[in-house]
This record gives sequence, C-alpha cells and structure tokens, in this order.
Amino acid sequence: MIFRPNPSLGVPIYLQLMEQVKHAIETGALRPGEQLPGIRPLAEELVINPNTVAKAYRELEHEGVIELRHGAGAFVSAGERPKKVADKLRAGQAIVAAAVDRLHARGLADEEIRRLFEAELAGLSKTGGRNG
Amino acid sequence: MADAAAIQTIDLRKRYDSVEALRGLNLNVATGSICGFLGRNGAGKTTTIKVLLGMTHPTSGQARVLGLDADRPDASVEIRRRTAFVGEDKDLYDAMTVDEMIRFTAAFYPRWRADLQARYLRAFDLPADRPIKTLSRGTRTKVGLLLALCRGAELLVLDEPTSGLDPAAAEQVLQALVGHVADEAATIFFSSHQIANVEQIADSVAIIDGGRTVLAGSLDELRERYRRVQLVFDRDAPDPAFRAPGIERVRRSGRVLSVLSSAGAEPVLDEARALNPVSMDVVPVTLKEIFLEAVALED
Repeated sequence: MIFRPNPSLGVPIYLQLMEQVKHAIETGALRPGEQLPGIRPLAEELVINPNTVAKAYRELEHEGVIELRHGAGAFVSAGERPKKVADKLRAGQAIVAAAVDRLHARGLADEEIRRLFEAELAGLSKTGGRNG
Repeated sequence: MADAAAIQTIDLRKRYDSVEALRGLNLNVATGSICGFLGRNGAGKTTTIKVLLGMTHPTSGQARVLGLDADRPDASVEIRRRTAFVGEDKDLYDAMTVDEMIRFTAAFYPRWRADLQARYLRAFDLPADRPIKTLSRGTRTKVGLLLALCRGAELLVLDEPTSGLDPAAAEQVLQALVGHVADEAATIFFSSHQIANVEQIADSVAIIDGGRTVLAGSLDELRERYRRVQLVFDRDAPDPAFRAPGIERVRRSGRVLSVLSSAGAEPVLDEARALNPVSMDVVPVTLKEIFLEAVALED
C-alpha cells in the first residue's frame, strides 16, 4: 500500500493515516468507489495498532471521505469532492511555486522559505520584529 | 465491554523490608488496547507485574485484573488461567526441541489454538526440530511469545518482548502483536525500553518512576498536547515567568528560550509574543522526549 505513517513524528498516527488516505484520493491513487484495505491487514502491514486504523477510518467516514459498508469494508466515497480538492490543490501549487520563485530571486534559501511558510501557518506573523 | 478495564490499580503500594517499590501506583488499561509500560530500571515495573499476576502481595491499595481482585488466591488462579505472561527469562526447557516444547505446553491449555501455532511457526521462521538450547536469544524470545499467543488468553503481559531482537525480528514480533489484538480482541500490556516500539504499536502508555505513575494516557492525546516552542531573541533570552497552564520546562541558553508545553503551543505563543522574539518555532515532541521529561521531573 501507499501509506507510511511515521510513529516518531509526534503527530497522532491516525491523523497521519487520514492525511495519507486523502492524499491518495487527491492524487488519484485511490479512486471513488475503490476499496481500502481492511483494518487487520493494514494494521499488520504497517505494524500499527488496529484501533488506530479503525479510528482513522471512522473519522474519514465522518468527514464523508470514505464509506464503511457493513460486512464489506471501507470504500472511497463516490462524488465530486476529490476532484474539486485536486483542482484546488493544483491552483494552490501554482501560487506557491510563484511565491517560492520570487523568494528565491530575493536570495532566500530553501530552508529559510520553509521556515517562513511554517511560521505563517502556525499563525506567528503577528510577531513584531521578525527578521528575514 | 469495550470500556471495561483489563487492568486497574488504585494507590497500589508494595514495601520489601526497607524498600518501597511501589508508592501509590495508578494504572488503567482498557480492554482491547495495547498499553506500553515505561519506566527506568528499578522504577517498579517488575514488582507491578508480580502483583498483577498474584506472585506477590501488595502492602496496600487495589489491583484488579480482568475485573478480578489480584490479591485473592482463588481470583489469582483465574487471572493466571486467562492471562499469558512472558518474562525476560523465557521459561523454556533446554533439552526439548521447539516442537516438543510447543506440544508440552499445549497439553496444559484446553483452549490451545493450533491455527495460531501454525501461523506463528511460519511467521517467526521457527526451526521445529532444533533443541531449545541451540537457539539464539532472539529465537528463544519468539518461541516464548508463540507459547503465549497460542494459549487463547484474553490478556498478554509481556516483559520486554523485543529486547535482544534485531530490527527485523522485532518487527515480526510487533506485527504478531497488532495482528493478535485485531483478531482476538485481546489486551496487551507490555513493558519496554524500546520507546520506538511502544510509539509504533501502543494506543496508550503508562510511565512510572519511583513506584508512582508520573504520566499515563492515550498516546494520540499526548502527541497532540505536547509541543516545544523555540524562541530566538536578538539579545540574551529573557527569563519570563510563564502563566500559561501546562508549562513543563523552560530552558534558557544564550539567545534561545525553549519552552516545553503539555497543553499545546497556543497559550505559550500568546505569552511569548509580548517578549518580542525575532523568531518562534513550534515543534512536535517525541515519546522519548516526553518520557525523559516525565522521569526527570521526579528526580
């Protein structure tokens, strides 16, 4: 399978798994209507707690990303949502690419740009006296 | 049933002559979960396991296993019938072959699972015809674990199940444990110094130090709560008195201030902004860091 959560990341494994399932759907690696691996096989393959897989699947169902069909397993929801997300991501990627180009042109290194993005996402832009 | 505790201790105390091995231990292990039991050497892990299995009497406090009072002799027999324990010395007979050892053990357990026996013989690459005395430490560990997994026990208590195993063998063992919990709805309580292994398969942890529980709870919740906030200043770092809840530790080093929070980063960031740092970084904290912090606080 395409999933690979990292237990020592400090981020709950079920959240990592949820993100990886969504990413697989957004990239088209998993298509609407396709079946996801069962809880036990996936827990064994990734060597993670089966309760963690179950929790990720429950949350994904709650968000409407997958459907749990009684006795049959988990399936990617049919519907247009994944495509819309993929389009949004493609558009967003273009914006990020342009911004990164401009920052490069100003002489900023990759690591500095990464830090700026992360700080912005963490809501730190309100800090006064930021350098860079 | 899902919410019932497989193991519960309340203010458990155990004194050996002049040594107080357990000083008010509180544990709560949910049925169907995998709980990692962490602590430094001498923290009281082995004593706890002995009390749970009725191998020693607590001085005071309560220990309930599978809903039964571990200190009552009749209940303790029942607990040991429904619980499989694998200690560090694996209780194997050197003169027997692997196959003989398995048949010998199976004879004692009416609920022996021949299907699991076949599965784990294969999964663990065990040489059925080899005498136990010729086996490596890692292979002995896997034999001991096979004997425990096939007993049809509801609760597995494992003392250092992956110690002495190479990474590939450790992965085989962890894989068997997660598969077992998924298939058999069993509960696993395991002590380990291999924090990465605990991080990988446990859904809850209990960290003890000096005979007391210093930190316990869902691993997901700990991962979400613990954050390190790193502040950099254009001058020597100030020495502020943070009022935010959950500040576990503040370290100053030159122009850097590092704040460990067990209540998320936001309250720290809110206060830190007023200090005018030139940069603020938030980083997740690993279980190893949480462990080191939890046992250091009690020193």
